[in-house]
Amino acid sequence: MLSISHLQKRFGHRIAVDDVSFDVAIGETVGLLGPNGAGKTTTLSMISGLSQPDGGTVSFQGQLLDQGASPFKRHVGLVPQDLALYDELSAWANLELFGGLYGLSGKRLADRADDALALVGLADRRGDRVKGFSGGMKRRLNIAGALLHDPELILLDEPTVGVDPQSRNAIFENFIELKRRGKTLLYTTHYMEEAERLCDRVVIIDHGKVIADDTVRGLYHRLPVTGAVVLEFDGPPVSDGVLAGLAALPGISAALRDPKGICLETGDFGAPLASALKQLTGVGLRVTSIRSGRVSLEDVFIALTGHALRDGTVAATKP
Amino acid sequence: MNFAAIRALVRNDVRLYLTDRRAVIVGVFVPILIAAFFGYVFGGNGRSDEPGKIPIAVVDEDQSGISRAITADLGKESLLTVQVMTRSQAEERVRAGKFQVAAIMPAGFGDAATRALFSGQKRPQVDLLIDPSQSMSSRVVEGVMAQYGMQEITREALSGAAGQAALTESLAAVDSASADEIPERAELKALLEAARKFNSRFSASDGASTSGIRRGLSLPYVIAASSVTSSQSTPYNGYAHSFAGMTVQFILFAGIDAGVLLLLTRERGIWQRIRSAPLRKSQFLFARTLATTLISLFQFALIYTAAILIFGVRISGSVPGFILLAITFCLLNSAFGLMLASIGRSASATRGFAMVVTLLLVMLGGAWVPSFIFPKWLQEASLGAPTRWAVDGLDAVTWRGQGLSAAVLPAIVLGATAAICLATAIWRFRWED
Repeated sequence: MLSISHLQKRFGHRIAVDDVSFDVAIGETVGLLGPNGAGKTTTLSMISGLSQPDGGTVSFQGQLLDQGASPFKRHVGLVPQDLALYDELSAWANLELFGGLYGLSGKRLADRADDALALVGLADRRGDRVKGFSGGMKRRLNIAGALLHDPELILLDEPTVGVDPQSRNAIFENFIELKRRGKTLLYTTHYMEEAERLCDRVVIIDHGKVIADDTVRGLYHRLPVTGAVVLEFDGPPVSDGVLAGLAALPGISAALRDPKGICLETGDFGAPLASALKQLTGVGLRVTSIRSGRVSLEDVFIALTGHALRDGTVAATKP
Repeated sequence: MNFAAIRALVRNDVRLYLTDRRAVIVGVFVPILIAAFFGYVFGGNGRSDEPGKIPIAVVDEDQSGISRAITADLGKESLLTVQVMTRSQAEERVRAGKFQVAAIMPAGFGDAATRALFSGQKRPQVDLLIDPSQSMSSRVVEGVMAQYGMQEITREALSGAAGQAALTESLAAVDSASADEIPERAELKALLEAARKFNSRFSASDGASTSGIRRGLSLPYVIAASSVTSSQSTPYNGYAHSFAGMTVQFILFAGIDAGVLLLLTRERGIWQRIRSAPLRKSQFLFARTLATTLISLFQFALIYTAAILIFGVRISGSVPGFILLAITFCLLNSAFGLMLASIGRSASATRGFAMVVTLLLVMLGGAWVPSFIFPKWLQEASLGAPTRWAVDGLDAVTWRGQGLSAAVLPAIVLGATAAICLATAIWRFRWED
């Protein structure tokens, strides 16, 4: 088991990670969720031994992490957020380096590299220079680089940043295969849909603190409602005052901006929806489309933190 | 000790160097080209062509037999290229840099010089117009003018009509002088009469004689100059010094590149990958030092292979001394790059600072021009630059033909400087982000 206990990190006067504790069981996939600057990457840096905690401990299978050539590190594979590849070298040469760093050489290294390339679907490109790879292929090779020494724990720091949906699906297939092989995955992201799809459990972190640690189902149960309705309309975006007014209506737990209109969280599509439509018509907005749906982890996050995961999304919730 | 990790890091650095064609070209071919140019300018391989001649203008306002003879002698001199012209033309061309020196023999020069030979009075003046950027050339022209001037003036004095007249005048002056004025009057008169008689005899023969005296006084000795190099059969090779200098300069540039590459690596995801591996700081720094030293030695070997095969440079002294110097210098270069990476904050600022430091070290080391050209104080001060020891050491074991002992002290200085750089790098290198 990976055990994170009272982890702390400061940068000057700013507290980046504030008393973070959670556990990850063997074979479990845990998502570390939070907006940019929440402290996810700093937490992962301390777990992987890149930076020294100001307080707290990290242990895996009972072994404490230190900053040197700790045996702990042989059990851990890190997939950094920035591509950790030499563009000017071939895929194979990159893997030779990464395997060598973990003491692999000769046939053992070759077998592991073959296996990692096959897993990420790049076996036929092993001799090609990385500079000729697409963004998605580079991301997959970046993942392969962390698998050579067959780590039990794989730390993935936003591994799908900047890739197209097709490549993201391919990468997800790789993660599902790793899960199937019994690997323990700790996965940071600010994409809720990724966490919903992949993770057994989600740790939500904001302003350096853990604000929730539960299964996806458990997190949904924290919301008073599990439904939502999206209203689209012509005209300028709604004001904060209108959102607040909608959120205050009986039966509506939250109102937030959607790219084309607003999203209302409600378990009842009858009276609350009628009241909302009446209010919107009263302020001169003409509704052109109504869609209903289930609430997402994004809604859970908003309910827990009072703000959205990604920049630019404003929410209003019931006081 | 994670030997596999060290081997992987070294192999990777060598791979990165070899895949960067620009680095190989700049690190190997450019120093060969520049060393070839400097080597040619500083004397080539010693078997080549005649040295460059000094272009001088001669202004003969006298048009006497003596001045014409001196002009003709100058024209035959192998050190000079002579062109006769007027004073105004000579002034204009020296000012324009077309001629380095102009020698002006004024009207009456021949007569006055012949008389002054016996009396020592009223000596005529030869004006030299000098291009101030070529002042060394004027010394050469002064010497050559003195040689041919004495030769032609004594020839005229002892065999020509002007000399006969000058001797007659001098005899009359001795006769009219009192014994108080010239105590050795009798002896001097006898000498002058003998000279006049000698002159009359050669004037009568009208050039039929081939006696040495008939050709005037010449230098009573000849000078034979020979280069003191490793052996009599090995001529001085100007390329040897320039290859030493350029090898030192461009390998230091490669050291800067290695340091900057490390700083750039720190800014990339690859650094996180390295740091998350079970690797100690000491192992990482050792691998970097070893890799850069090997790359520098490869560069060193290629440059000197070209120097030996194409430009005839020879390791005429100690081969083990040469290898010792190559290894210690490449180690120093590697440590220098690592130190830059450990004290530098950003890649661009570090590169700029390092280039300035390196160029200063290279200049002081005598890589561009030999250090013996420096003023004395600078020669002594430049001993503080390790590059000076590297260049002097390589000079010693190549064209100077010195033994292993001549390489030991430079190697110790280079090794000690490398140790200081490495200690600084280990002390200051930020392993943790």
